[in-house]
Amino acid sequence: MLKRLGDSIISKLGIGSRKNYMAVRNGQSGVEHCPSGTLGVPEPFMASLIDRELLNDHFMPIGGNRVHFYTPFEKLAILAVHQALQQANIDAAAPQVQFILSTTKGNIGLLEQPEHPYGPQRVHLWQSARLLAQFFGNSNEPLVVSNACISGLCAQIQADRLLALGQHSVAVVVGAEVLSKFIISGFQSFKALSPTRCRPFDAARDGLNLGEGAACIVYQRREADCPMAPGEMRLSGGAIRNDANHISGPSRTGEGLYNAITAVRGGHSEPPAFISAHGTATPYNDEMEAIALSRAGLLSAPTFSLKPHFGHTLGAAGVLETVISMHALADGVALGSWGAEHLGVSHKVNITPEMRPAQGATFLKLMSGFGGSNAAIAVSTSPNTTNTSQPCE
Amino acid sequence: MRIASHCRITPNRCLANGQPVPVQRSERPYLTDLYHSLSMGYPKFFKMDNLCKAGVLAAELVLRGSSVDGLTPRHDVAVVGLNSSSSLDADLQHLQHLHPDSYFPSPAVFVYTLANIVTGEIAIRHKILGESSFYVIPEFSAHQMAKVIATTLSDANINCLLCGWIEVLGQELDVLMMLIDRLNGPAPTAQNINSLYNER
Repeated sequence: MLKRLGDSIISKLGIGSRKNYMAVRNGQSGVEHCPSGTLGVPEPFMASLIDRELLNDHFMPIGGNRVHFYTPFEKLAILAVHQALQQANIDAAAPQVQFILSTTKGNIGLLEQPEHPYGPQRVHLWQSARLLAQFFGNSNEPLVVSNACISGLCAQIQADRLLALGQHSVAVVVGAEVLSKFIISGFQSFKALSPTRCRPFDAARDGLNLGEGAACIVYQRREADCPMAPGEMRLSGGAIRNDANHISGPSRTGEGLYNAITAVRGGHSEPPAFISAHGTATPYNDEMEAIALSRAGLLSAPTFSLKPHFGHTLGAAGVLETVISMHALADGVALGSWGAEHLGVSHKVNITPEMRPAQGATFLKLMSGFGGSNAAIAVSTSPNTTNTSQPCE
Repeated sequence: MRIASHCRITPNRCLANGQPVPVQRSERPYLTDLYHSLSMGYPKFFKMDNLCKAGVLAAELVLRGSSVDGLTPRHDVAVVGLNSSSSLDADLQHLQHLHPDSYFPSPAVFVYTLANIVTGEIAIRHKILGESSFYVIPEFSAHQMAKVIATTLSDANINCLLCGWIEVLGQELDVLMMLIDRLNGPAPTAQNINSLYNER
């Protein structure tokens, strides 16, 4: 079991998790029309992109003259970790701290620029992870989780399991993704992108939007029997399950996602406060998720997708969407799901465009992705914020 | 916990449980010859990129004669892969389709630009419904593999784990696949994993 010590989000919507959370509550979206030629992509597309100049401006105060040494991807990840560490108040260089990086493609965009100054090793994900850990003076070999779209949940699950082995007590889990012609052209070839802002679970949904972002959660190991302090946020469980069905198409029965959900919930019948869905807004994903939720008996739980605000941030998504959901749980609300006006899936998922109050101390975060992979985590907070029991150290 | 079976694939050579696998060589790539020598009858193999081909062949060898028969869905089996260059081999293929003068990105190529697709291909072939995960580390490390095995088996629902180092880039081919279960036998320690990796 892990306790959150600090978190952060960097996206088009701003820097800082609170800022991003409030932007979602206010209905803002970073998804914009990107004309033909953006990032060298011949066709226009919709995406949430982070301005590189702005990124440098924010990086300068912490990275100084190294602003040109690091790639945009690395700067994004460093900034996210820096922000989360300020809340966490730990020494990131300490030997008991383990860095875990979640990303699908890292610096892959460098392949398109043969003249880039970063050296041939820089396309390797482990190289970025090493530079990241080294920036904070940490000399443990970092771990890269690259499990397609579910990576950000897998990174948190793996953090929990690694810390349980006992060698480390703190994990810095960071998810980051930048977009490039490489990634966008691929999703275009799949005809997976919507020409408008994406509408998860809506009858008119016609594809996903991509997004750039980074998010970090600093976690500390906690024993399960250790009482929660007021406002504490805990990763209380997680599971990863494969569909064994198709490498690029969601399962028609929601098999893997259903199995991940039941593994996380165990014998619990109490409904979660809300479900933070994957909700990419592709016709097949959302339908598959609805089937899995129906099979798991969770259709009554308030559900939302964050994709209309950030786009699908790929390897960052699992961390980023968990952070937003933690803030919603703390406020006792299920966020609205933009665009879900007319339910367009075969089971009655409890989803509305409006934000609603949420009862309960636990939420589920779900993700599914290429390779038939699915993951679910449960995050809990103190059910009673006036809890006076001594927290354990 | 024990290493129930293992397999090693390097350029032009394949060992299953330490014994050389006889391969009828031809003009075709080594992995294609190895596929034919295993009489798998799995035409989907030819659609795969080299990372998936290598992983699927290695999984085939370690699972032969095991209780994972490819017919019964197995919720208690996990597939975990590790390597150094992720899907860079397929990434370079996709890149060739992005040249401004001949811009034809293909979904059949793009889908393989994710390292974890190999775990999905193995899961499909053997009806594995447990965990599938992929990790990227700088180089082969028996120590890291032992850790990943321990963490994956901390999921009480998982009884059996296919864990593979699957590194494929250009002519480079370096695979160690192991089947780990919860019975007694040679434990998946860093030392034991290292000696399997160094088998010749």
